Amino acid sequence: MTAVVSLENVTFAYGEQPAVRDVSLTVDQGDFLGLIGPNGSGKTTLLHLMLGLHSPDSGSIELFGEPASAFSEGERIGYVSQQATSRGGTMPVTVREVVTMGRFAHVGHGRLTEADHDIVTDALETVGITALADRQVTQLSGGQRQRAFIARALASEADLLALDEPTVGVDAESRDEFYQLLDSLNDSGITIILIEHDIGVVTDRANRIACLNTELYHHGDTESFVESDALTEAYGTTGHVVEHHH
Amino acid sequence: MRDLTSLIGSEIGTETSADANADTDADTTTNTTDTHHTRMHDTRRRLELGGIALTGLLAVAMLGFLTLDWLQEYPYASALYEQFRIAGRLLDYYLGTNVFSHPYLWRSMATGVLIGVVGPLVGTYLVHREMALIGETLAHTAFAGVAIGLLFSSTTDWSGSLLLVALVVGILGALGVQWLTERTDTYGDVPIAIMLTGSFAVGTLIISYGRGLTGLNIQNFLFGNLSVITPSGARLMGILSVVVVAVVAVTYKQLLFITFDEQAARVARLNVTWYNTLLIVMTAVVVVGAMQVLGVILVAAMLVIPVAAATQLAHSFRETLYLSILFGQVSIIGGFALSISQSLPAGGSIVVVGIVAYLLAVLVSDQSAAAVSVH
Repeated sequence: MTAVVSLENVTFAYGEQPAVRDVSLTVDQGDFLGLIGPNGSGKTTLLHLMLGLHSPDSGSIELFGEPASAFSEGERIGYVSQQATSRGGTMPVTVREVVTMGRFAHVGHGRLTEADHDIVTDALETVGITALADRQVTQLSGGQRQRAFIARALASEADLLALDEPTVGVDAESRDEFYQLLDSLNDSGITIILIEHDIGVVTDRANRIACLNTELYHHGDTESFVESDALTEAYGTTGHVVEHHH
Repeated sequence: MRDLTSLIGSEIGTETSADANADTDADTTTNTTDTHHTRMHDTRRRLELGGIALTGLLAVAMLGFLTLDWLQEYPYASALYEQFRIAGRLLDYYLGTNVFSHPYLWRSMATGVLIGVVGPLVGTYLVHREMALIGETLAHTAFAGVAIGLLFSSTTDWSGSLLLVALVVGILGALGVQWLTERTDTYGDVPIAIMLTGSFAVGTLIISYGRGLTGLNIQNFLFGNLSVITPSGARLMGILSVVVVAVVAVTYKQLLFITFDEQAARVARLNVTWYNTLLIVMTAVVVVGAMQVLGVILVAAMLVIPVAAATQLAHSFRETLYLSILFGQVSIIGGFALSISQSLPAGGSIVVVGIVAYLLAVLVSDQSAAAVSVH
């Protein structure tokens, strides 16, 4: 079985400032990888490298067994960016229009068929926002909006879902439901890579942890991470650890 | 119509969680008002589609006129062209006007109607990418192109179309802005301001240098002028419009995805740089066409104002596109009526009518917002 993502000795710098140094890791099919680390530790950069949005200065990155830069099956990846940076502040776009974007990589310049629209309807149903389909995305709450983006990934029939702090600014209750949804998607076979500042959420959900602070401090299953000192090493004495309270 | 949707919406919205009980409540609310709401929604949709169909017919008729105007030397076309002239005279006779019997005014109107379609069409993407002023910038670049063309034609025997030179320079300017933007990582206002003032500066230098060599009035290009729209200028607008509408029809989905979420579009392996370049080149093309009527200084208005008005009222992106074209037509036709009846400059009249329509749209959407008090 080929790995979904595999990185070998990847280094990347913005100018002189190294963001990611000598990182090697693999994500297998069906994994739920939690990517954690202090602010500015290079988590988002690493995720962008994995998705082929940046090219590494050295080392190699493969997506589904192909070099990430040459990978062309965009529909296999669903990406949910940080809410604060996602576009469309005042743009009138309905939830259904957003989810339909998931089909665009499939149809190219062609027309959307009845089957495409059915897939969109199913995706809306799966994440539980059918009733909101004709609402504008800008009118949704944070949790509902992130569900819409998940639905877009489902509509594109992605087998890899990459999420960058998806629940910033989402209330606790919606957040729990959002992570339940991720769990059930993971159970159905979708590989998930999640950046999350709340370490408790990650250790509760993920089966693999990558703990990063420019360099990789831990990469392996969740149990061994919890027992290791990787967290304190990566965050150092000055780092601020967000604990999960039940 | 909008208040109803928002009303239903805000009731669901207050139950921020998708909690099972909350969902049931929201569903009940939706169901009771559903049929009424659907009916109003359908009426609104039919009206919009009707408006778009009418606009389409008008645009096709205008393209037809431009074609006849072009081919009037040829046997069949000349007969049809005569019919057109007669129809124009009849129209004038019954309306008591002195407009439709003049071919040059038909040309202006044809150019205007086409600007009212392609301006908002391209503008919808620009405005929502926060690139509203790119049109203004490219207009100034095109102005430099006009200046270069003037100098070139006065110092050599070349007697081609100034607009063609403006088009080439405008497209080069568009690629230049794109290049600067890629290297400064944002459509910030700095590269735009540099390009805008820089190309205008070059234009003024060239005109000043070439003064005395040419008799052409540069004011027509700055402020636009209905009576100087040449047959070849109108024809250029016709061709450009067909191309732009065709390109947007084919790339509608990709441009939408990139406008809404550029990063996700990159991840989905859309060629973002290529589509960005396509959009900015189309902007240059539209600007050069529209410059004839609106002038360099006001040309950005047709890319921005109808879209701003449509955004106030639209529910979806597709509806924004439709409404912005309708607002574009209202501005153009209203502006022409004002301009011709009051002997005012067309560019200014079109922009003022557009802004009045925009303010009305703000008032209408404000009222519905107040009725619901969203957030």
